[in-house]
Amino acid sequence: MSAADLADAPRRQTSRVRRVAMHVLLILLALGMLYPLLWMIVSSLRDNSAIFSDASLALRNLSLDNYARGWDAQQNSFATYFGNSFLITGLAIVANIAACSLTAYAFARMTFRLKAFFMAILLGTIMLPEHVTIVPQYVLFSELGWLNTFLPLTVPKFFATEAFFVFLIVQFMRGIPRDIDEAAALDGCGPFQTYSRIMLPLITPALATTAIFSFIWTWNDFFRPLIFLTDNSLFTVPLAVRLFADIGGTDWGALFAMSVLSLLPIFIFFVFGQRYLIRGIATTGLK
Amino acid sequence: MTTTTLEGRPLTASPEPPRRRPAGRRAIAPYLFLTPWLIGLLAFVVGPMIVSLYLSMTDYNFLQDPTFVGFENYVRMFTSDPRYLASVGVTAVYVLVSVPLQLAFALGLALLLDRAIAGIAIYRAVFYLPSLIGSSVAVAVLWRTVFGADGLVNSALGLLGIESSRSWVGNPDTALMTIIALNVWTFGSPMIIFLAGLRQIPRSYYEAAEVDGAGPIRRFLNITVPLLTPIVFFNLILQTIYAFQAFVPAYIVSNGSGGPADSTLFYTLYLYQQGFTSFQMGYASAMAWVLLVVIAIVTGINFLLSRYWVFYGDGDR
Repeated sequence: MSAADLADAPRRQTSRVRRVAMHVLLILLALGMLYPLLWMIVSSLRDNSAIFSDASLALRNLSLDNYARGWDAQQNSFATYFGNSFLITGLAIVANIAACSLTAYAFARMTFRLKAFFMAILLGTIMLPEHVTIVPQYVLFSELGWLNTFLPLTVPKFFATEAFFVFLIVQFMRGIPRDIDEAAALDGCGPFQTYSRIMLPLITPALATTAIFSFIWTWNDFFRPLIFLTDNSLFTVPLAVRLFADIGGTDWGALFAMSVLSLLPIFIFFVFGQRYLIRGIATTGLK
Repeated sequence: MTTTTLEGRPLTASPEPPRRRPAGRRAIAPYLFLTPWLIGLLAFVVGPMIVSLYLSMTDYNFLQDPTFVGFENYVRMFTSDPRYLASVGVTAVYVLVSVPLQLAFALGLALLLDRAIAGIAIYRAVFYLPSLIGSSVAVAVLWRTVFGADGLVNSALGLLGIESSRSWVGNPDTALMTIIALNVWTFGSPMIIFLAGLRQIPRSYYEAAEVDGAGPIRRFLNITVPLLTPIVFFNLILQTIYAFQAFVPAYIVSNGSGGPADSTLFYTLYLYQQGFTSFQMGYASAMAWVLLVVIAIVTGINFLLSRYWVFYGDGDR
């Protein structure tokens, strides 16, 4: 027994050494990955002359001048671009939660003809590259007079076109015992009441995941706004940052400042919604 | 909840137990629930797909009515459009190099994090964050400066004693590499899926193997690896499909040109140029259909090959 103890002591020691070594490795990796981001944040607070001569993260001579300059450096104030982006993302969240949960309820809880076929179509549309539909959509929206409005970016979402979220919510609903909605039906709830009063409150974690991913994807979306919006006063934040990067010349401080601001809402959603994000990807493999 | 997807089985609806249903109002209820989705499907997906297929066989510049040209667009792509072939090459290199590298990082980090260590939630969050912002314009702008002539990469090389003043994004030999690096940087979301998969391997398997005298390496090769292959497959399918559609980094790094010397002319970027800057919308539609068919074929090949390396523990192939 004492021999076993003796044999154990060096083993415990090596495992502690390994543990420390692993933390060192992980911290170095994490720092390496975040370094460019941290450098951009620090640089956005530095004078332009210091940005490219200083690759360190030293916090010297910081000021918010770049932010003040960048905010009004474009044709419109960044207040306009942020307002546009928040309006579009807000509508996207509402649309996805309402339309996708409604559709998901039918797939998770109801029987109808050709259900497996429709489910296959739903999953197929998740994988469909948007390029296959973008040209006819452009023609359609132009016929409707919707170019240079937010309608092409928001209206389709009210029709559950972001099928990812339907799938996510279906997966979540399948984990909820059927007894609950059967009891509701016995109590005289119709299908819509069961959906709205019983099911919706039970699936709030899935709805939170939907809201957070809707926000991040719509906020980052570049391809569709690039195609449908050409009027500067309607630009979203990514379009404005891109224009800044293309014609901004050498005012890197101001460009970095606006880039950092454009990421800030995502950071905030990330910090507060991390739990839902991680569960969401683990369930469905979303990006 | 997660097993159905993570084990790569078909995600079709589970069979409903037979139950009595009052006829009438309830029978139409499912269709009422499905109406918004069905309208959206027809108006924004199926309808446009049919129109797109038609437009791909026309010459169409948006201002004049389309003229039918048969398969001319498809023939032109492969026989007399060097920029198209360049974009195919760029995208193929990007998919073939960045997806395996990204998945290797994701798996490596997931294995490191799959144990009881302090601060795991923080590490996981830090490694995951780049996935959320990797397709943003701001990060692409950052990438352009980090890999620029006086960017961080050259500064880091300077610290190692390698003087470099090359612009990695401005040089046709290295520009694509910088965008591949950006995709590898976003390994966090497949890493989370790997972690979820590792958590599902029953501890008892390892304990039993240990009792039988299997060392850590044998346990890894004979338990972890086979039981993780369905997750590898799942990640491979998804990340390949995403990689084919990469657009933002190439657009920002090259100011929308695909340069230098078409070295970052991604397929989707060339499609955008054709459709929405040259307004060759028939040609762009044809390109989109080729993309769809290629993605479908590559996914199909992956499924066919999977039977040789993906292991389903319950014998369910």
